[in-house]
Amino acid sequence: MSPTTATLDTAAQASLGTPVPRLEARDKVTGTARYAAEQNPPRRAYGWPVPATIAHGRVTAVDTTAALALPGVLAVLTPYDAPRLGPSDDPTLQLLQDTRVPHRGWYVALAVADTLEGARAAAEAVRVGYEAEPHDVTLREGHPGLYTPEEVNGGYPAHREHGDPDAAFAAAPVRVDVRYSVPPLHNHAMEPHAATADWDAGRGHLTVYDSCQGTTVVRTVLAGLFRLPEDRVTVLAEHVGGGFGSKSTPRPHVVLAVMATRRCGRPVTVALPRQHLAACVGHRAPTLHRVRLGARPDGTLTSLTHEVLTHTSRVREFVEQAAVPGRVMYAVRDSRTTHRVAALDVPTPSWMRAPGETPGMYALESAMDELADALGMDPVELRVRNDPATEPDSGRPFSSRHLVECLREGATRFGWTGHRPPLREGPLLIGSGVAAATYPVYIAPAGARAHARPDGSYLVEVNATDIGTGARTVLSQIAADALGVPLDAVTLSLGNSALPPTPVAGGSAGTASWGWAVHDACTALTDRLARHHGPLPDAGLSASADTTQSAKQKPPYARHAFGAHFAEVQADTVTGEVRVRRLLGVFAAGRILNPRTARSQFIGGMVMGLGMALTEHSGLDPAFGDFAERDLAAYHVPVNADVPAVEAHWIDEHDKHLNPMGGKGIGEIGIVGAAAAIGNAVSRATGRRLRELPLTPDRVLAALSVPDTGPV
Amino acid sequence: MAHATDPPAPGPAHGTPDHAAAGDHRSRVSLRVNGARRDLDLDHRVTLLDALREHLDLTGSKKGCDHGQCGACTVLVDGRRANSCLLLAVTLDGCGITTVEGLAAPDGALHPLQRAFVEHDAFQCGYCTPGQLCSAVGALREAAAGHPSHVTADAAQAGPAVLTAEEIRERLSGNLCRCGAYPAIVRAVADAGTDPAATGTAVEAAV
Repeated sequence: MSPTTATLDTAAQASLGTPVPRLEARDKVTGTARYAAEQNPPRRAYGWPVPATIAHGRVTAVDTTAALALPGVLAVLTPYDAPRLGPSDDPTLQLLQDTRVPHRGWYVALAVADTLEGARAAAEAVRVGYEAEPHDVTLREGHPGLYTPEEVNGGYPAHREHGDPDAAFAAAPVRVDVRYSVPPLHNHAMEPHAATADWDAGRGHLTVYDSCQGTTVVRTVLAGLFRLPEDRVTVLAEHVGGGFGSKSTPRPHVVLAVMATRRCGRPVTVALPRQHLAACVGHRAPTLHRVRLGARPDGTLTSLTHEVLTHTSRVREFVEQAAVPGRVMYAVRDSRTTHRVAALDVPTPSWMRAPGETPGMYALESAMDELADALGMDPVELRVRNDPATEPDSGRPFSSRHLVECLREGATRFGWTGHRPPLREGPLLIGSGVAAATYPVYIAPAGARAHARPDGSYLVEVNATDIGTGARTVLSQIAADALGVPLDAVTLSLGNSALPPTPVAGGSAGTASWGWAVHDACTALTDRLARHHGPLPDAGLSASADTTQSAKQKPPYARHAFGAHFAEVQADTVTGEVRVRRLLGVFAAGRILNPRTARSQFIGGMVMGLGMALTEHSGLDPAFGDFAERDLAAYHVPVNADVPAVEAHWIDEHDKHLNPMGGKGIGEIGIVGAAAAIGNAVSRATGRRLRELPLTPDRVLAALSVPDTGPV
Repeated sequence: MAHATDPPAPGPAHGTPDHAAAGDHRSRVSLRVNGARRDLDLDHRVTLLDALREHLDLTGSKKGCDHGQCGACTVLVDGRRANSCLLLAVTLDGCGITTVEGLAAPDGALHPLQRAFVEHDAFQCGYCTPGQLCSAVGALREAAAGHPSHVTADAAQAGPAVLTAEEIRERLSGNLCRCGAYPAIVRAVADAGTDPAATGTAVEAAV
């Protein structure tokens, strides 16, 4: 282990570990924090995209006559005349380059006008002719298009097998063989995707304010698409209204905004209408799961098989890695974890908070609960019984693993009493459930700079993006501690692609990746200052860091965060409505660097998991080929009244094999397992096992109409 | 909602596009925004939200859905909360509008709800926050005025509603927060709700 991976000494200044309020809090509560569409350069125009209204086929004509005749319309870009783009790795960004329509909602034109209302009217006035071909948007078992990909999201092998899981399953005295279904889900960050692009032809410079999770990658992609040197492109993202994975890489809005500013010679804002998002910014792909668990009567697992079917688009392969958690969670010698995918005429799926783990752990942790039922065993004890000494798939030791401690602590705090019978209060059936959580530790190289000014203040520059995580705050804390100065001596500059390259806010890796660079730059500056004698020069002193070497080192450890969720629910036998009464999570995620913002992250993930369990559903209409639930009236994210007492706790975890700060990343683990805990509680309450999310009243009522046939 | 009957006052047109010409469907509108009179010449299609954001550069009010489904655009119209994306600005001539920019005092002192939101970390990305705050001001006023909600046990009972956590959740369910800050929002509103000043706003106090 290199010296830089030693955990920071907490004794000195100790800003880390304290609940510092978000540094931008005042800007956010006074409305002065500006987001991408709120930049207002002179002569700004507005773009409004036109989505395809067929699910498969091609555009045969675009009639712009009526649109161009409207007052204030500057241009209508079509596949026939839009700027030709350079190459990109992501084919979803090759917009208006040809006439094919790979899915409904694919953009086929962009109207630009000098007002928002004019752009919208112009988009509606564009007449598009199509030649439609038959489409197929329905994922199902036995679909002839299913294939095993080479790898799944995250770079994992699609298929892993150890021993002989089929024989071990057949020989197991206690068996569970169950299927679960998770529908497509949508990120729906509160700020719709938006960009304000400004091409300065005189300077030959492109400036873009983008609602994104990282400006470095947006700059690189735009430079490639528009054939500009990277130093002629600046991408800014000071404030971003959430992303949850849907803004991790550039999405169509920013490409269209740049096309429009280049065409019109004016700054152009493209702010996507909420109804467009489902089809063009990525979604969590639906997953169909079959889980087979075999166990001895004492609960020892002898066989685990998790098979996942999912869809991708015909534009780009993205495979939700939902079987991967089975390679991490439980000690079992004979196992198979495998994925198959079908390319359909659907929008391209992408990352949504904890891709893979979220649907995968719903299925695996529901199946574990069913196994506990079959064994007549406390589901907490079943998980404890099968806690592995090393990572099952790789055999590597864990850098730290405190799942058992999370389960024990959660059980105590929640008042878990094991296999207790359901309660009844009038028409309400009440029960509790438990599920585990896991999320891997990722890290990527980053750069940062630190400057000491003669007046005793410090400027730290790192191209982090604070999408609401609290990154600005915790990175400032890291800097202050590494410099050995009070927090208010540090100013942090972020959200600017002109700063050294960094990875995106994703994979729960932001704080680790950016923070390591900040730590190293500030440590180097501290060393420089220690060697400096006399007053600082007027320009101050600077130091920079690049963690390419250190962050890419592959440690000989399996590194994951773990957690446990406990839920108490009530199911109404009259209406079928399920409501969560209590939700409690305990997490082991390394060192918690800011308890205030960390708690909000954990709870936020748990609330999104509650939505996944009870309300969030999207479906592809077989006849028209589009998502039926495209807005916030149809796609039900949890509202305040849906969310009861939610508690998040954590246990102290000292892991020296992570990064200088000692944190594992906390942005995603809160959602993982939450839906399983709620589903398991519903099963306990009702005596019926529902295996298709979300647990809406229609499904619950239908289940309750079937007589209870014994223990669940 | 009260509408002034005074004729529109003359004033400089704001945000008039290049093509403004006879035959367009436009009107002059006078709003009192955060205590200041603002005279606008607006396309009839302009919503109050877009008038604020695009014509007055008051971008604190957010566009989350533009269809009255998320509450991010919530402002106070003549003292009552409303989704500004569902109101055409041309219909509001003479109305008083309070946005998030009008909650704090002119000296910068935060409104009790703003303070509580900071203290309780009642937001993450901040995009729903202006709407949550304006909605909370309206909700506190409604409760003080004795308006019952869906969860009020005795809707016939006179007098101010007691703002339990359940009441706050219900009354703020028109404001979505995808970051899931609801538990902190409830604590913040409960905390600020004990301050009599929380039902007021600085700009309304000044006029």
